[in-house]
Amino acid sequence: MSVEQRDPHTGYLTTGHEWNGITELNTPVPRVVYFFLIVTALFSLGYWVLMPAWPLGVSYTRGLLGIDQRATVAEKLQEAALDRATWSKRIETESHQQVEADPQLMQIVRQTGHTLFGDNCAVCHGLRADGNKGGKGFPSLVGNSWLWGGDTNAIAETISVGINATHPKTRVSQMLAFGRDGVLKRNEIDNVVAYVRTLSNPATAKDATPQEIAAGKTLFAANCVSCHGESGKGSTEAGAPDLTDPFWIYGGDAQSIFTTVWGGRQGHMPSWEGRLSLLDRKILTLYLVDLRKKNSQEAKQ
Amino acid sequence: MSVFGFHYKLERKAIGLVLAIVAVASIGGLVEIAPLFTIHQTVEDAPDMRVYTPLELAGRNIYIREGCYACHSQMIRTLRDEVERYGPYSLAVESKYDHPMLWGSKRTGPDLARIGEKYSDDWHVAHLNNPRDVVPESVMPAYRWLLRNELETADLGLHLKALRKVGVPYTDEMIANAPADAYGQAAPDTPQAEGVSKRYGKDTTVRAFDSRPGRLTEMDAVVAYLQVLGRLTPVASKPVAALTAPAQVPVKTTSGK
Repeated sequence: MSVEQRDPHTGYLTTGHEWNGITELNTPVPRVVYFFLIVTALFSLGYWVLMPAWPLGVSYTRGLLGIDQRATVAEKLQEAALDRATWSKRIETESHQQVEADPQLMQIVRQTGHTLFGDNCAVCHGLRADGNKGGKGFPSLVGNSWLWGGDTNAIAETISVGINATHPKTRVSQMLAFGRDGVLKRNEIDNVVAYVRTLSNPATAKDATPQEIAAGKTLFAANCVSCHGESGKGSTEAGAPDLTDPFWIYGGDAQSIFTTVWGGRQGHMPSWEGRLSLLDRKILTLYLVDLRKKNSQEAKQ
Repeated sequence: MSVFGFHYKLERKAIGLVLAIVAVASIGGLVEIAPLFTIHQTVEDAPDMRVYTPLELAGRNIYIREGCYACHSQMIRTLRDEVERYGPYSLAVESKYDHPMLWGSKRTGPDLARIGEKYSDDWHVAHLNNPRDVVPESVMPAYRWLLRNELETADLGLHLKALRKVGVPYTDEMIANAPADAYGQAAPDTPQAEGVSKRYGKDTTVRAFDSRPGRLTEMDAVVAYLQVLGRLTPVASKPVAALTAPAQVPVKTTSGK
């Protein structure tokens, strides 16, 4: 087996293997491959010098460029903040009314607010902020029914501290479990539900007898008015919903209301103070108010 | 070509070739992995970091069982868009007690590294039960059985014990009380719940995660796990500047020791 055999036709060496007279050419690697091999080797040498590369026991070579990903992202974030500074400063310092009066600022609020809402709020309240049409425990934010008040200051406060959240100043509200805790009997709850339904929709009166509704009214006066008020209009102080409007967070049919009265409710909105900056929260507040305005205009048309 | 002379010889010796391949292939590993054990800076300090409670650990095991990591990453990279969307980038120390890590490499759904306490328990329960109920455009599968399945707690002590073997500082008391602690974390105002606060710190979330305090389901475990993601240590939420500062000090070489 000789390695040094040369093929007479091509002039190249053979591998030295022979199969019944057939030999195999040992064609050399093309030059271009060597060329790129050398180029990449040179590149890596440059990279070792310029970038963090070699470990040295308890430390490592930092490279001449001093590149650090954490410093880079901090810088990028600062740059981004600077880019936004022209309008972010104004939104931060001006009052809600002043921002609302400026169409240019409101255009920015709509764009930025849409993204912020999508990243943080949409999973519960729905991409259109309509609570995914309601009834699932997450309120619509485009209607006119607000548990804790719908003006800009109230919304800003709710976003900051949350509802039944971990924030020390969180808004706290709980509807008692009248059925499970034995305050009301099953038929009593049926009566209260019948009465409550007539508050928002008088047409439901035909679903129960007048005696039942009257009994429900008495029970309502004894058990529910401290939060929902004598007329059932609710209270933004206590976060008690208005029962006379057509907006229902957990559903307004008899079964849903029964479930609510039987087992109580304690909805939870997280506090966003630790997660979103003051600017972000202000943009969200203005975005919601704007969205509601747009929505009611569309409803009128 | 004489450069290949050595190679030609090696090619004819099977064991020699294998040994040479192993030697060459391990160079990259030695250079990249070995120094991580000697360079202190690679893993940040988080002295106040707590371990997963048995319930959270059970949830983590279900997270692995259901393959959540295939669509959800738990790794916020040092990129502007990720930091702006998800919050502070992930630090190595935050995965200190993760065996295995669940960083993931693909996002069909969003990153979950900072999902803890971002949304309410009710939302998580509704969403896991059927994502379309709360997010109509979602493509995530429904995990309906989580609410139905009782959580198996008998073997949790063994899980804790196994993790202690690989360096997670569980105490004998934690291991002995694992099943009771798993029950207690989802049953507020019970003696078992007090045990959880005592052993894992009073900031540990004790709630009826699936709104049914009397029953311990797999849903309790998964929601408890999701609600603690990114919250075992507050070290990442410290200002970005403070974290990057050490990297900017002049190079410290080995000779200083």
